[in-house]
Formats: sequence, structure tokens, C-alpha cells
Amino acid sequence: MEGVMSHGNDLNLKATELRLGLPGTDESTSKNNKRTANELVKNSELLNGKSDAKARDGETVPASKSQIVGWPPVRSFRKNIVQPKKTEAETGNFVKVSMDGAPYLRKIDLKIYKGYQELLKALENMFKLTIGEYSEREGYKGSEYAPAYEDKDGDLMLVGDVPWDMFMSTCKRLRIMKGSEATGLGSGV
Amino acid sequence: MAQSFPEDVLEHVFSFLNHDRDRNAVSLVCKSWYDIERLSRRRIFIGNCYAVSPEIVIRRFPDVRAVELKGKPHFADFNLVPEGWGGYVYPWVVSMAGAYPWLEEIKLKRMVVTDENLELISKSFKNFTVLVLLSCEGFTTDGLAYIAANCRNLRELDLGESEVEDLSGHWLSHFPDNCTSLVSLNISCLGSEVSFSALERLVARCPNLKTLRLNRAVPLEKLPNLLCRAPQLVELGTGAYSAEIQSDIFSNLSEAFLGCKQLKGLSGFWDVVPAYLPAMYSVCSQITSLNLSYATAQNPDLVQFVSQCGNLQRLWVLDYIEDVGLEALAAACKDLQELRVFPSDPYDAEGNVTLTEQGLVAVSEGCPKLQSVLYFCRQMSNAALVAIARNRPNMIRFRLCIIEPRAPDYLTLEPLDAGFGAIVENCKELLRLSMSGLLTDRVFEYIGTHAKKLEMLSIAFAGDSDLGLHHVLSGCESLRKLEIRDCPFGDKALLANATKLETMRSLWMSSCSVSFGACKLLGQKMPRLNVEVINERGPPDSGPEDCPVEKLYVYRTIAGPRVDMPGFVWTMDERVSSRFSRATEGHGD
Repeated sequence: MEGVMSHGNDLNLKATELRLGLPGTDESTSKNNKRTANELVKNSELLNGKSDAKARDGETVPASKSQIVGWPPVRSFRKNIVQPKKTEAETGNFVKVSMDGAPYLRKIDLKIYKGYQELLKALENMFKLTIGEYSEREGYKGSEYAPAYEDKDGDLMLVGDVPWDMFMSTCKRLRIMKGSEATGLGSGV
Repeated sequence: MAQSFPEDVLEHVFSFLNHDRDRNAVSLVCKSWYDIERLSRRRIFIGNCYAVSPEIVIRRFPDVRAVELKGKPHFADFNLVPEGWGGYVYPWVVSMAGAYPWLEEIKLKRMVVTDENLELISKSFKNFTVLVLLSCEGFTTDGLAYIAANCRNLRELDLGESEVEDLSGHWLSHFPDNCTSLVSLNISCLGSEVSFSALERLVARCPNLKTLRLNRAVPLEKLPNLLCRAPQLVELGTGAYSAEIQSDIFSNLSEAFLGCKQLKGLSGFWDVVPAYLPAMYSVCSQITSLNLSYATAQNPDLVQFVSQCGNLQRLWVLDYIEDVGLEALAAACKDLQELRVFPSDPYDAEGNVTLTEQGLVAVSEGCPKLQSVLYFCRQMSNAALVAIARNRPNMIRFRLCIIEPRAPDYLTLEPLDAGFGAIVENCKELLRLSMSGLLTDRVFEYIGTHAKKLEMLSIAFAGDSDLGLHHVLSGCESLRKLEIRDCPFGDKALLANATKLETMRSLWMSSCSVSFGACKLLGQKMPRLNVEVINERGPPDSGPEDCPVEKLYVYRTIAGPRVDMPGFVWTMDERVSSRFSRATEGHGD
């Protein structure tokens, strides 16, 4: 049984001059035309439609790089093996800062401060308040406000107890508490 | 003749036949051989879960102990198959739970598996021993807890490269204390931390454990604890291979590896710190299989390590190996059979590594047993391909991905037809081929003429006209799987070779020029094919008949059209085709 349409050996398809692309579009397809990937994105999107399988593993491809769906043919889990060119040293360490009673939160980059003094001064500036002196025994007792932070175990800790580097790596967010509420956070308790 | 041999003698003879092809041949001899064979077949392989139904399988083979199923088409690996397409194992598990109480093994690839399915498996089969889930999805670690808890004699649990929703590492603790049967455990795809002490105890009480592939969350400092408890390991997948540089960590690691006298395979190596690679030097000369495809180490550390492994048969590595590393490999590893080089930065058009066609040519020259290649690179020439073909006529798998689509021979700016032509002409045993770069219809003429043993062909951004597809379909006698994307292939070649499609497992075409009308015609004329159109933008009949479909998946089947299709998949069969015609004529449905 031959195929649905019987043909001789010569398929003579050249006469039909089928081209890549939707009918009606005018594409030139000279053989040695190396297409840039961007042109191909346009074609592929035209043919594929923009919607496609949702990105797996939250992979992100920087918009500046050309994106053809499924090309190159690499499994999703292989795509982000190499960290993007920004190293950890270059990205910021932004944490949210809330203040009791304030309508909205702020964000600061812990990396720009060299120590607790600079951080507290920056907080005082940002929120127009005074925090006062830290003492291991009393915390920030006597100040109107006390700075606290949430560490990676989820516990609320007083700012200043641990070395600055350890604080930087464990601090997940900051909270400026009213002095009256802050009793009980001091090391003495 | 059937009368002179009693059935149990024949059955005994057949028990030496393990290969499906042999058993299929035997079953065609006569009715009594068919019956004896079907009653004694214990292992079933189903390459396309929609080619047959569970009921048909169970009716023919009533006493099966091991089932292997594959679901989605291969291009699903690259996100070309939309979510929700199908490949559900559910109907199979439900049917087998009733029909095969003695089932021991289930192996699945690219299928959707749920926690309920895993629970059912764990409770339905008393002798269940092997569960392999490769590139599967749809389940969570809760499902794994059922398997761990209920499968008393579990020997193998391999999660492959599946997408598992990782709720917690607690599931591992569900292995009962009296479970000592594990031979192979692969949890490398899991994200979260498993309880290390539970893992340690599990490893310690399984004396037959041969394969252990950890996940990234297992820290390097703890690896010696496991190795000391399992010195009999043959295959090890490390967790993250990084730690602060401390001499006691290094010495513990070295000592632990020293004890692994049976170790032959290594993988893992996430976040690798090169300073720790020498800790494995004592086992390097034993290693035959090395997967460094997650290891971001660069030369000279990388090549130094690989060069220690003189008995390598299989190497998977990132393009950090560079040409210089591949030249060293070619000199050091004369037993190499399989090489895969993956791109460290697939989306960077320029690339910042010196990995070119030279590296592959060097390996093809230096490694006489090289037969399987997967190579990502940014430039290729016909001369290089011709050299590779002449060096390695024993090649059986050749997959080349030049990152830029339609990239020509970088020296001559010509298409790579001649190069790939040389491959198929010289490598007469070639089973699998993936092509890339600038390719005209001519390369397909070469393939149709020479690639007589070729079983699987992958094509992307290639060809000029239907003639290309026609060459392949009419010439490749052994073709089983054909997958095509973004090629100007349309109706004529497909319809002219419709009967060929019944001799193949499946055909995938996406972003080509196959019209809706042709799909309907194909579906109407070929009742033993499922012709499925995937159109995410809307029903295929919402445009004119000559409008190309987005994606087409055609496969042979004896189970009829699927009943589990999502809204964006349409089967072209007689009823559906006429429904579409009625709709366009203005009749209601």
C-alpha cells in the first residue's frame, strides 16, 4: 500500500517552494543566511505562541540573552549550575526594617555598614529617632527605642550581642521596638 | 512439533529468553507457543504508555513481575511539551494493583506520578523491590514516605532526575529499623535536607548497598561517616563537594575514600572546591564512570583530576574541560566509550571557554572505543566532522549541539551537510543522531541513503523543504523515533509517508509547516495512528485549513484515541475530523 498520496520516486516538491513561517508572511530563505538568534526568537514565538510550559525551578534567563524556547536543548536543572556573573561579593544584603507604629517598612543594605555604630546611626537618621548606647548588661535600656532583629532560626534578638560578621550573616530582618516593649530582650534576663 | 514437547519443557526453554525481541519472535511461531510464552513473560517494556492500554497488557500477559513505562515525548525535557499534556501512571497502577499482586518492579520515565499512586504501589505489591522514577513529576516527599514505610524488601529506590515537591527530608526516617535490603538509593534530585542520622543508620544497616547518590544538601564533612559505613559501595554520588579548607576534613575524606575498594562510579560534586578533589586520588584509577557535569571546577584542577582516572569508560563534564583538557583525556583514557560535554553557560552566545571542535576531534583520534557522544560547542566545521567520522566508524550515538541555531561551517561558511553526511556514511552502526548547525535538504539525502540502522533522529532549525523529511521517512529503514522542531517540513512528505509512521514508535513536529488539514487527513486515513495536535493558542479549526498547527505528535497505538487529553490537545480521528467539518459548516456539535 502506497502512501495516502501516491508519488513516483521524484517528489518534485521544489515547485511548491515551502518556506519556514506562517502562510502569508514573506520570508527569504537563502541557504547561507545565518540567522541571528533574535530573528529566530521572533519566528519561534510566532509559531510557538508566547505561552509555553511554565519555567521549572524558577529558572531565570536574563532578558539581554536571546531566548528560544527549549534551545539549547539543556535540561532545566542544568541551566543554573554556574552562578550568574555577579558574585556574592557584589550583591547587596538587603533586609527589611520595621518600626513599631510606622505605616510602612524600609529596606537597608547591611553590606554598606562597617559595624554596629554605623548601622545604628543610619537607623537613627532613617527613622528620626535616638537609640542610645548599647551595653551587654542592660541592652539599650534608657533609650526610647531598641533595635532588634530576626535571625535565621526565626528568633527575635537584640542587635549588638554578637560580632558584626555573625550578625550580618544571620540577620534576616530588623525591627525597631519601642523602648518600653524592649524590656526582657536584654542579656541580663 | 508442539505435541512432541510438553509445555513445561517449552516453558523452561523460553525462560532463557530475556530479550523482548526474542520473546516476540517466539510468540509468532504458533498458537501454543504464543500461549506458553505469554503465560511465562515476566518483564514488560512499553515505550509509549499510550500505544497500548493496561487492560490489553494484562489480558495477554497475566503474570508479570516487572513493568517499564515511558510517557511524555523526549522534547518534554526541553519544555516543549506543555504542562498537563499527560503521561499519567494512574490507570496503570490501578489496573496492576488488581492484576499483578506479585509485581516486583516499576520503572517509569517522563510520567506523572502522584502521592496517591505511590501510596497505592506501596500497599498493593507485597514483594515490591524496585522503584525507578526517571524525569517524572507530580509527587512530593510524602509519597516517598509511603514507599519507605511499606515496602518491606525494597532494594532499589531511584528518583532519577525527577521533579519532586520537597516538603521535608523527614520521609527518609520512614524506613523501618528492620529494613536492611537496600542495594541502590538515588535521592540526588531532592532539594531539602534529609535527616542525616537517619541516613547514616540506614546506610549502616544495609550491607548490600552498592549505589548511593546523595543530594546537594548532604555536607562534605559528613561524607566520610557514610563511606566508612559503606565501604562496599560501587557507585557514589556526593552531596555538595565544598567545605572550608581544613586539613582534618581533607584527611578524613581521603581516609574514607581509601577504604572504598569497590568504587567504580562517581557523581555529584555540586559547588566543588577544587582543593578537595585530590582527596579522591586513591580511587581514581578504579573509576570507570565519572559525572562532573555539576562541577564548576576549571583547569588546571579539572584536567588534573580527570587525567588521574586512566580507566575511565564514561565521562560527563562541563565545557570548562576545554580543548586542552580533552586532549589530555584522549591521551590518558584509552578505554573511553562515552563522552558528554555540557555547556556551563548555555545562553551566552560568545562563551568564555575555549572548547571547540578541536577537543572532540582529539578525543575521536585518541580513544579507539569512543562510541557515544553528546557535545555542546559554539563552532564546528565539515573538516572536523569528516575527521571524527573517519576516526570512529564504531560510533553508535552522536549528538552534536552547536549553540547558535543554523551556524555554518565556521571556516568555509558552508552548510554542515558534508560533515554529517560523513558521519552517517562511515558510522554504519549509528543508532542515534542529533544534528545542529546550518543544514540543507542535502544532509537528509545522505541520511536517507546511509543511515540504515538509525533508530532515533533529532532535527532542529534544518532543511529547506519537504524533500528533506521525505528522504528521512523513505530511507531510514530502522527509524523508530523522529523529533523535529523549527524546520520547513509540511504536508506533502508527511502524507506521502503515512504508512511509514506505523512502523515507528512516534513522530514529533513542532514549529514546522504541517497544516491542520493534513493532520485531519492523516488521522482519518490511518486509524492505527493517534494524530494529536497541540495548539495552545486555540482550537486548530479556528483558522483556515492550511494554517500550520503548533505541535504535532503522531504515534502508533492499539488503544485508540486517548481519553485523558487536556484542552489544548486534539486527536485527529474520523469522528473528530467530521466534527470539525460540521463545526465549520455552521452546524452545532
